[in-house]
Amino acid sequence: MSEEIKKHRPPPDPNSAKYKLGQIAAKAYSDAQAAKDRGEPVGWCASNFPVEIPETLGLAVVYPENQAAGIAARGGGARLCEISEADGYSNDICAYARISLAYAKIKDAPEQNVPMPDFVLCCNNICNCMIKWYENLSRELNIPLIMIDIPFNPDYEVSDGELAYVKAQFWDAIHQLEALTGKKWSDERYREVMEYSGRTSRAWLAATACARYEPSPFNGFDLLNHMAVMVTARGKKEAAEAMETLLKEYEDNHEKGVSTFRAEEKYRIMFEGIACWPWLRVTSTGLKSRGINMVTTIYADAFGFIYKDFDDMCRAYCRVPNAINLELSRDKRIKLCRDNHVEGLLVHTNRSCKLWSGFMAEMSRQIGQACDIPVVSFDGDQADPRNFSEAQYDTRVQGLMEIMEARKEAM
Amino acid sequence: MYTLGIDIGSTTSKCAVLRDGAEKLAASLALGGIGTKGPAEALDGVLKDAGLALEDMAAVAATGYGRTRCEQAGMQASELTCHALGAHAAFPQVRTVVDIGGQDAKVISLVGEGRMRNFMMNDKCAAGTGRFLDVMASVLQIPLDELGSRAVRAESAAAVSSTCTVFAESEVISLLAGGVDMDALAAGICASVAGRTAALVKRLGVVPAVCMSGGVARNDGVRAALEAELGEPILVSPDAQLFGAVGAAIYAYKKAT
Ligand code: SF4
Repeated sequence: MSEEIKKHRPPPDPNSAKYKLGQIAAKAYSDAQAAKDRGEPVGWCASNFPVEIPETLGLAVVYPENQAAGIAARGGGARLCEISEADGYSNDICAYARISLAYAKIKDAPEQNVPMPDFVLCCNNICNCMIKWYENLSRELNIPLIMIDIPFNPDYEVSDGELAYVKAQFWDAIHQLEALTGKKWSDERYREVMEYSGRTSRAWLAATACARYEPSPFNGFDLLNHMAVMVTARGKKEAAEAMETLLKEYEDNHEKGVSTFRAEEKYRIMFEGIACWPWLRVTSTGLKSRGINMVTTIYADAFGFIYKDFDDMCRAYCRVPNAINLELSRDKRIKLCRDNHVEGLLVHTNRSCKLWSGFMAEMSRQIGQACDIPVVSFDGDQADPRNFSEAQYDTRVQGLMEIMEARKEAM
Repeated sequence: MYTLGIDIGSTTSKCAVLRDGAEKLAASLALGGIGTKGPAEALDGVLKDAGLALEDMAAVAATGYGRTRCEQAGMQASELTCHALGAHAAFPQVRTVVDIGGQDAKVISLVGEGRMRNFMMNDKCAAGTGRFLDVMASVLQIPLDELGSRAVRAESAAAVSSTCTVFAESEVISLLAGGVDMDALAAGICASVAGRTAALVKRLGVVPAVCMSGGVARNDGVRAALEAELGEPILVSPDAQLFGAVGAAIYAYKKAT
């Protein structure tokens, strides 16, 4: 039946945000390949490394996390994980890392190929597993590693001391890249990039905030796809324009009373954690078939960077979700739950991501209490399909729905 | 009005027929869960005992891991909701239900009328589930039912500390080889399941009264160890294994009225 639906699907509208965003995400890969083909140096870059740096320098980079998600979503996760496990990497290590390290070895995965790197850019503001992963890439491929260390922040604000420590490293990274690639930093170009990044982020955050409308004008799973552009291209003009189109579409949907959530929205939840890419259809259908719309997730919010100058940009990178303490993380999520009228919380206990999943047990308990919503968690993995059970997921989601249903009936 | 609840689990199938959502007319239990002859046997058994036919049922609800593949049921509900309803019917004062099944362990927190407030389930690991007890009984070469009776008469419990079923299996084998008393081993195994379950209960909050449902409720060793861990008495009904099926029949009644 799905075949039939596919056949009758109208061609995508080239003016739609979905089409534009899809093109930008694909172009990030083809641009990098084209740069490689021209003989220019290409980098592999961690998702929360300040993308403004390579963008301002005019350097093409690709994002191994994004590539690994693509490979996993297209069914290649287990194959690549097994390759790195055979090389001695424990299957307790993040599956993005295992996939990326396997790719660095075999240099071919039809699910998502990328040009091989001439340098790697790493920032540990999301986790420290990243450091070893990039160090190994650097050793195996015999290429330079440029590393920015952003420590975990136990406070609410970014101190002047932390700012000075991080800022010096940003400049050091810029100078290393200049020396390595011959490209030159331009303040004027940086201001332009900052401008686009701000525009893209503002539109993205405003679009995700449309979930405050009931029903929400979009299916939260859309955000997971569109987010690729936020990760890889937020400093580009086309990205700013596409995100503004997305915002307009969501506002229009709300006006017209339509939504990209193609079912009656009976319940609204927040989803916690990275998507289960190998089981994306199963996890999204499990929700949609029960009228549950995942309207919000901190994961999407995390990539909206708004700042006014270089210092402020450094601060923004010190405040990404995994770099901040439990209380601040909790408060951000509570705000999302309240702003978007969330009725339940579904937590992905992601076997890959120890840091994120580790503090979720306590944080989700506190969120549930503060917002008076049920909290349900399921075991899974963002990229290793072997860590997920469909039946167990289904029981938990149904249980969550039944609690929300009973609460409504009791009102 | 008659309603039927069908609970298709991983190792057993259970059915219950209720009159007006309250009075139990018949119940059945057959070995064999999803994908076996168990569900059909349980269904035939319950209808025969009740002296009724499927057509006499105003509504039929299925629950358990096989719930989505039950042709006879017009509706389905998760085992969480059904165990909550079944436990509440047996013990109206219950606020916390502990269900240790073959595949998973669940703790359900209730508000009045058997309504589920929240729940917590085990993670992907088999330790702390009924499967762990099955594996250990076979290591000791004793019937599953004997684990509990041996545990309660043990003078002390051997420490079974591994959190992984496979590791715990090796641990038990070496204890056995070292001549540790079988009763003490059985007590250690039951305490290990109770310890993991207690952690789930504590995360959700220990709100009395607490009851156990599912097959492991019959294991006195696990129950006693869990009582000690939680510091609360645990209510157990002889029908604990049928709570899911009874709850499904109540669910069907609620939906039909
Ligand atoms: S462990 Fe988590 S934060 Fe670190 S790379 Fe993997 S998914 Fe990202």
